[in-house]
Amino acid sequence: MTMEPKSFQLFPESASNFAPTVDGLYTYMVVVSAFFSLLVAFLIIFFAIKYRARPGQGVPKPVDEHSIGGMILEIAWSVIPLGLSLVMFAWGASIMFSESRPPKDAINIYVTGKRWMWKIQHMEGAREINELHVPVGRNVRLTMTSEDVIHDFFVPAFRTKADVLPGRYTTEWFRPTQVGTYHIFCAEYCGTKHSGMIGWVHVLSAEDYDKWLAQGSGEGSMAEGGESLFNQLGCANCHVKGGHGRAPNLYGAFGTKVDLSDGTSVRFDESYTRESILYPQAKIVAGYDKIMPTFKGLISDEGMLKLIEYIKSLGDPNGVVPGRNLPSEPSDIQKTGPMAAPMSETKAPATVSKTSAATGKQQ
Amino acid sequence: MASQVVPHEEVVTLKHHFANDEQQLDASTIGMWVFLVTEIMFFGGLFLAYFAYRQAYPAAFASASNKTNLWLGAANTTVLICSSLTMAMAVHSASLGKRTLLVLFLILTLILGGVFLGVKAYEYHDKWVHHEVPGAHFDCEGCDDAGHAPLFFSLYFGMTGLHATHMLVGFVILSIIIVQASRGKFTAKWYTPVEMFGLYWHFVDIVWIFLFPLLYLIDRSHTGLK
Amino acid sequence: MITAPAPVKETKNYLNAQTGLKSWLLTGDHKRIAVMYLIVVTAFFALGGVFASLIRLELATPAGDLMESNQYNKVFTMHGVLMVFFFLIPSIPATLGNFLIPLMIGAKDLAFPKINLLSWYIYMLGGVFTLYVLLTGGVDTGWTFYTPFSTSYSNGYVVAAGLGIFINGFSAILTGLNFIVTIHRMRAPGLTWFRLPLFVWAHYATSAIMILGTPVVAVTLFLLVLERGLHIGFFDPAYGGDPVLFQHLFWFYSHPAVYIMILPSMGVISEVISTFSSKKPFGYTFIAFSSVAIAVFGFLVWGHHLFVAGQSIYAGLVFSILSYVVAIPSAIKVFNWAATMYKGRVRLETPMLYALGFIGLFTVGGLTGIFLSSLGMDVHLTDTYFVVAHFHYVMVGGALLGYLAGLHFWWPKIFGRMYSQVWSKVSAALVFVGFNLTFFPQFLLGYMGMPRRYHVYPPEFQVFNVLSSAGASVLALGLILPAIYLTWSLKHGAIASANPWGATGLEWQTSSPPISENFEVTPVVTTEAYDYSTVPQEVVHVG
Repeated sequence: MTMEPKSFQLFPESASNFAPTVDGLYTYMVVVSAFFSLLVAFLIIFFAIKYRARPGQGVPKPVDEHSIGGMILEIAWSVIPLGLSLVMFAWGASIMFSESRPPKDAINIYVTGKRWMWKIQHMEGAREINELHVPVGRNVRLTMTSEDVIHDFFVPAFRTKADVLPGRYTTEWFRPTQVGTYHIFCAEYCGTKHSGMIGWVHVLSAEDYDKWLAQGSGEGSMAEGGESLFNQLGCANCHVKGGHGRAPNLYGAFGTKVDLSDGTSVRFDESYTRESILYPQAKIVAGYDKIMPTFKGLISDEGMLKLIEYIKSLGDPNGVVPGRNLPSEPSDIQKTGPMAAPMSETKAPATVSKTSAATGKQQ
Repeated sequence: MASQVVPHEEVVTLKHHFANDEQQLDASTIGMWVFLVTEIMFFGGLFLAYFAYRQAYPAAFASASNKTNLWLGAANTTVLICSSLTMAMAVHSASLGKRTLLVLFLILTLILGGVFLGVKAYEYHDKWVHHEVPGAHFDCEGCDDAGHAPLFFSLYFGMTGLHATHMLVGFVILSIIIVQASRGKFTAKWYTPVEMFGLYWHFVDIVWIFLFPLLYLIDRSHTGLK
Repeated sequence: MITAPAPVKETKNYLNAQTGLKSWLLTGDHKRIAVMYLIVVTAFFALGGVFASLIRLELATPAGDLMESNQYNKVFTMHGVLMVFFFLIPSIPATLGNFLIPLMIGAKDLAFPKINLLSWYIYMLGGVFTLYVLLTGGVDTGWTFYTPFSTSYSNGYVVAAGLGIFINGFSAILTGLNFIVTIHRMRAPGLTWFRLPLFVWAHYATSAIMILGTPVVAVTLFLLVLERGLHIGFFDPAYGGDPVLFQHLFWFYSHPAVYIMILPSMGVISEVISTFSSKKPFGYTFIAFSSVAIAVFGFLVWGHHLFVAGQSIYAGLVFSILSYVVAIPSAIKVFNWAATMYKGRVRLETPMLYALGFIGLFTVGGLTGIFLSSLGMDVHLTDTYFVVAHFHYVMVGGALLGYLAGLHFWWPKIFGRMYSQVWSKVSAALVFVGFNLTFFPQFLLGYMGMPRRYHVYPPEFQVFNVLSSAGASVLALGLILPAIYLTWSLKHGAIASANPWGATGLEWQTSSPPISENFEVTPVVTTEAYDYSTVPQEVVHVG
């Protein structure tokens, strides 16, 4: 919407795929609300003047509510607002649905909230604090967790936010549409320096983003970091490929449904991975014994994210290999995983068509 | 015992702002039921937490609940049901104006309540000795998913503790009522405190009837009785 | 009619029936207890107002130049705790409700006078805990006490503050219990349910919420205190506990608590609009049932506070649609109030000015609530100043204005004196203008993205913050005025007649102030409520 000088504006900058539709819904709601507020104000003022008391006037006759259609009025002023608000409900719900379903081709970026900073890890290895670099026109999915209290990752220019909770993973996605620099706010009160837990999203052009990524961090990718942790902690001794060891197979397992020993099943996702590492006996895979020790206290939240990224990189049965945002970056893990490289995704240029990216066609 | 009804007391029992005895009794009864509704909501928060966590960590709850002492729990259930019976008998005696019987049944109720609390205290002590109290010393030997087991014990202590607190409060009120009853404060026409206390006591009993299966019984099938 | 500078002839009434501090502190008279509540509730409101002023002063500039972040966090927490738990929740029920319900239903007192007094003492005890927190260094969790911040990280006195609110909760429970029993069983002969004033209906619904909701927040805060003290793991992810469970339990009470604050206010407005239009409220039964409907649906919408807290989207859908449903009974009330004025005899006395202000502000508050019920919209707006503005429109524009309307309406009944008509109208105008100036800019700030509870903010938000702070000073002035002229009226105000406004309720048929037993003889009701043809014409004050 308006992007004039920063001193006086009514809308924040509009810089994501969600911004136009949220602004549209907002405008609709403002119009409806203004109409009803003014209607009520007009009625009150009009009645107050028209029916003002005059000296010597007797008690007004009670109005026969039926004569002016009392019941019809009651129904009318219940049903009309209900109809108008159902539009708001449906519109809002449709926005929420698209916000809650990140497209499969989205770039994965990991965010860890910690009082009072945002720690960001890119899968390629780059790490930043209170800054987030993303390419314009590409879908970006944030997987977020907190080391301490509840935070909330809010980018007003993108019109989206999500709570960041300790002990579990939440996601948030967006497709930046405008190159520029935008506020990140922590929107869930988190203590003394809550208002200092802010940062910037830098939306870069495709070339600038590639350049920025190429600077790297020298640490290697997250999956590589995860792999060395995996070996270091001895996970590989039991979790062998093919699953004939004492522990379930992790290759191609991420994203699948896992049958448990108590007859239920669970989706192999980030939260399940985390729980199984910290509380290995909470959910036992059918056919295996309760022999895994807990790794509680041995892995940092960021280390956990690396492990998850590594396990993800072991492939998933849909043929999508997350963790490969850059086609050019070779890695030894790539050779071991059941690869079906989705080149169409990894090569996606910055000008990727909006419709195909937004619909998340690979679902 | 009915002969001990002292006429002038009936006059005193009607408070100035009520029109008649019936209105006064109705007010007390409705008030007591409304109070019990708030009590249900009070426990309701804990029951909700119990169900939420049981759903989330079935393994931990199954094995941790086997750590409770089934026999002591069952004995306490029996004791409490008996105390409800004696309380009902007390109310009945009051309605007949039989003072001695009333006092007798109230004392029996008090004793049974005391037994319950004693057994409960023993169970708590037992949990303490076996490091089954959540906190720094927690060590649940043989629990599955020991990382989540403290949640069960937190709920165990929270729910039974809140229940025991209600028992304690009841214990104190009952003692006062016994003194009043032995002094002949209640008559066949006016024994509202006894009746209201009866409602309270039955409520506390019923809460236990829910707690016992949830905390002691529900997961026994995994390991059998022990 | 207002009698001229009175030949002060003190008639016997509840105020002078007995004298001495003890006769107040040990009283069972609902009217005296109401006055005691009025005094302490006003004190807590003033204290909460001081904190509000500090907040607005600090936010006049983007930098944190008035206080440290830690202090600022304690200030807004104390503002919230004091205003919500010690002012808004007890304000109308404990003062006006306490005073008026027995009078309105023709009873001599509430059903349980001693419990009524006990609830005042419990309130005071809760208040003492909270003041202790205040004096020893405060608490910085926000009034919502979200875990795990409150249990493991906060550097304030969470345990004492939690206990203060926990204790205070029982005061509300006992008041609600008393009201329900009283309304059920103490009505005068002939006073059927559908002859009850709408004020009584509103309090009945409020009481139901108090007794059903308050125990849940009590047990939740109790668990919070245990968690903070003993680390039992309930809400701590480190033990597999779920911090979001706290939010569910907290909002299960605290959303209905919003209706504890607003429903009594709606009851006041129904009385005031009807009286100053000399008309029976349009759609009496709709208004009565809408109070009950709000109470029922109010318990089903708590999840709309958790749209971005990792709740499943399907749960979000249900809570969203239910939030729209709960808006309907509120809309019904607004239209009915407006329709009540139709073909009436409208007199713009001070209570009526406040009531009309209420309708306007509550309409805006309700409509902006609709924004927040919409899932996609809420994602952007939640935890921003839009929310702050929204709930202040409901809490201040709604609950507080309703309280002021009621206080001005029944002041002659409570104390037997009239207050300055001029100053009270000036104050009503100042409150209305000051309020809008304070909070309307916050809607715009919220959409711009300024998060709530920010001590320091980016400079582009300054314009609206300055406007807001300027408005706050007008609002403060508008709120200080009543404290002065109402206090002044106690001694110097004209003596009020039994029915100075030409109203219809039973409370206007006894003397002002009423006698200790309320009525010389128990009234017998033979007509519908709001029958203005029975009001003697000469008492109707045309101003």
